[in-house]
Amino acid sequence: MADALVEMREIVKTYPGVVALDAVDFTLRAGEIHALVGENGAGKSTLIRILTGAERPDRGRLLLNGREIHARSPAEAQRLGVAAVYQEINLAPDLSIAENLLLGREPRSRFGWIQWGEMRRRARQIVRSMGLEADVSAPLRDCSIALRQMIAVARAVDQRARVLVLDEPTSSLDAAETGRLFDLMRRLRAAGLGIVFITHFLEQVYAVSDRITVLRGGRCVGSHAARDLPRLALVSAMLGKAASAVAAERASTRRADCGGAARLVAKRVFRRRSIQPFDLTLRAGEVVGLAGLLGSGRTEMARLLFGVETRDGGTISINGAAMHRHSPRRSIRAGVALAPEDRRAAGLVPRLSVRDNILLALHASRGWLRRLPRRDQVALAEQFVRSLSIATPDLRRPVAQLSGGNQQKVILARWLLMEPTILLLDEPTRGIDIGAKEQVESLVADLRVRGMAIVFISGELEEVVRVSSRVVVLRDRAVVGELEGAAITAGSIMERIAGPAEGGGHA
Amino acid sequence: MRANLTRHWPLLATGVVLLALYIGAAIAFPGFRTWFQFTRLFSDNATLGLAAVGMTFVILSGGIDLSVGAVIACASMMLALLAGELAWPLWLAAPAVLAAGAAFGAGMGGLIHIFRLPPFLVTLAGMFLARGTALLLSPHKRIELGSHDSVRSLSLLHVADFTLAALIFLAAVTLSALALRWMRWGRTVYAIGSDESAARLMGLAVAPTRIGVYALSGLCAAAGGIVHVIGTQAGDASIAFLLELDAIAAVVIGGTVLAGGRGSVLGTLLGVLILAIITTIPGYVSDLDSWWTRLIIGALLLLFVSLQRVSQHWREE
Repeated sequence: MADALVEMREIVKTYPGVVALDAVDFTLRAGEIHALVGENGAGKSTLIRILTGAERPDRGRLLLNGREIHARSPAEAQRLGVAAVYQEINLAPDLSIAENLLLGREPRSRFGWIQWGEMRRRARQIVRSMGLEADVSAPLRDCSIALRQMIAVARAVDQRARVLVLDEPTSSLDAAETGRLFDLMRRLRAAGLGIVFITHFLEQVYAVSDRITVLRGGRCVGSHAARDLPRLALVSAMLGKAASAVAAERASTRRADCGGAARLVAKRVFRRRSIQPFDLTLRAGEVVGLAGLLGSGRTEMARLLFGVETRDGGTISINGAAMHRHSPRRSIRAGVALAPEDRRAAGLVPRLSVRDNILLALHASRGWLRRLPRRDQVALAEQFVRSLSIATPDLRRPVAQLSGGNQQKVILARWLLMEPTILLLDEPTRGIDIGAKEQVESLVADLRVRGMAIVFISGELEEVVRVSSRVVVLRDRAVVGELEGAAITAGSIMERIAGPAEGGGHA
Repeated sequence: MRANLTRHWPLLATGVVLLALYIGAAIAFPGFRTWFQFTRLFSDNATLGLAAVGMTFVILSGGIDLSVGAVIACASMMLALLAGELAWPLWLAAPAVLAAGAAFGAGMGGLIHIFRLPPFLVTLAGMFLARGTALLLSPHKRIELGSHDSVRSLSLLHVADFTLAALIFLAAVTLSALALRWMRWGRTVYAIGSDESAARLMGLAVAPTRIGVYALSGLCAAAGGIVHVIGTQAGDASIAFLLELDAIAAVVIGGTVLAGGRGSVLGTLLGVLILAIITTIPGYVSDLDSWWTRLIIGALLLLFVSLQRVSQHWREE
């Protein structure tokens, strides 16, 4: 390929116990915007870290303009013309825009003094050439995230970067800001730069990209011109299911009778830069699955419902009580439990025993004075260990020694002990083995039958299909559809994730 | 204009407090109105001021230096030993002491940078080492210079009532302000304090800058020790006890953010003068105890820390 700017050939990178990249090829041309997509653990970040010199590959070659390079640090890669702008912008917020653009290369007099006038002039020139408007002597801290992002891009470009990596640059930008960033990207593409664009938003992938490379499980599963890759095909490539096969799959038989009392009612709830307004009614005895790609707003939705994040508008009522000044504490008192994605953050204390971990929340709710007699403690904990079939030789074993699946069940046990009426489960089966997954799934089914109202979040479509009585589909931070009963199939969910613009392209 | 005002208003607040204190003191005590008393604010607090100047650099870079008080004491002992007992000429002894202070600071900076040790602990160890060394230098914990003519004549030197100590302090402030504003090294100090990993990714010279900052703090503390010897004609291993905490207070009252990245030496000068006035006032009032000054300094410190938080909040709105 004559116009290849970057060629990565058969890149292999292993970490202890994991093959992060397994002979991945990646080609970036001059004058193209190349989207790199994939779910968590697909290997995107590792590939980028290798490209920008932050990591060295175990095997494989990296060619820039046809010449093999071995950058040992990001600074060295920058000198070679490969620059990256990360989500957490790497600039000094206390210094001015001008300094952030020119730091390390500031104009100096013969005696080494910084020439501020010249510096500001050059900075203004750079800012203008990028089509931006800003007071270059203002501290970066006072600028919007979007402007900071673009200043970081401007700095990279002004340092003669030929390859620009943008790692989720839009995740904290609103629509207008994203548009401005895209304009800048197109301008740079016209100037002949090669841009690698990483995002979780499919709309954005199609809005600016010329080519799309999909990674899954450390392998490259395809590299296509954006206009030749329909959305559905992209989604199925990311999730690893042939679209046709999925569509043919029958939904498991389920009862559609979700006529229980409304437990949680959310009306027009939204949070800026997090999720668009949505309605949700959660009834006793139903499992509502939230499906969507990573970053589609699944977790954000659960966090809003629980009151971890404050909403910018809308109303939430839980078991009939309106949540005005919503907080996790109020939610818990109203009968809600949330098991978050990250098990460590969920408050498992690794060195405490299984029993103590289970009883932790109960202690907290009873206070220090009304201690539970030891006999009752043991009985309660034993009961849960049995009913959830937590595999532990005894109750005194530290939780850290349990497998991931059993740790997850300990968390569930803790919340169930509080006897919630509403259970929010965010990726309860992530990183646990298949047997444990099935147990968690059947536990969810069991709780549903007993009248609990459950929100179930999972990145695995089949799982959502299996456990849900209703599925809410999210895309790009908005609810885009709802499926019920027999309509719930992996295929139908995938179609909604992919969006209406069947065929993709620059629609 | 408005943007400039909000940007600099922690410094303005410090200035207003200083002015109010000075005017208040001048109204209450006639002795405070004299030019001589004004210059004494600088002369009497030159050692603290020098330490605070060095501390400003350290804090701007996101670190802390707890060793300065001990380094001052150690430097004073060293100078008295070299110039007094060993009878070195002053032009040789003083630079030797300064070099030792800078080297000591650079050593701590090197440990902090290379082994990623917390500055708090490394400089705490440095504090014990320096104080111990100071005590080691003489069995009497104090070395009198006696009739050392060159030091005595230096102590009598003054320009417009500013003593040599005050002049050295003011020179340090001026040079530091210039370096922080006009030199790449100075801007790198801000960048490191603002976001170290960003500074590294921007290709800035993080290692020499960080080590240099602690070296400078050691140098300033050594200068503070020298100034003390000139003023008192003696080295003393027990002086400047916990002076580093006064220096930190002066820097923070002067508007420098403890987390690094924001602040100025000019602010530190104002902070030192505020402390100077507060500690001078009890001399004019017979029944005023020194606990009073501590209370005021504590209250001011809290006030300024809160102000910083509030102003930051406003700007982010």
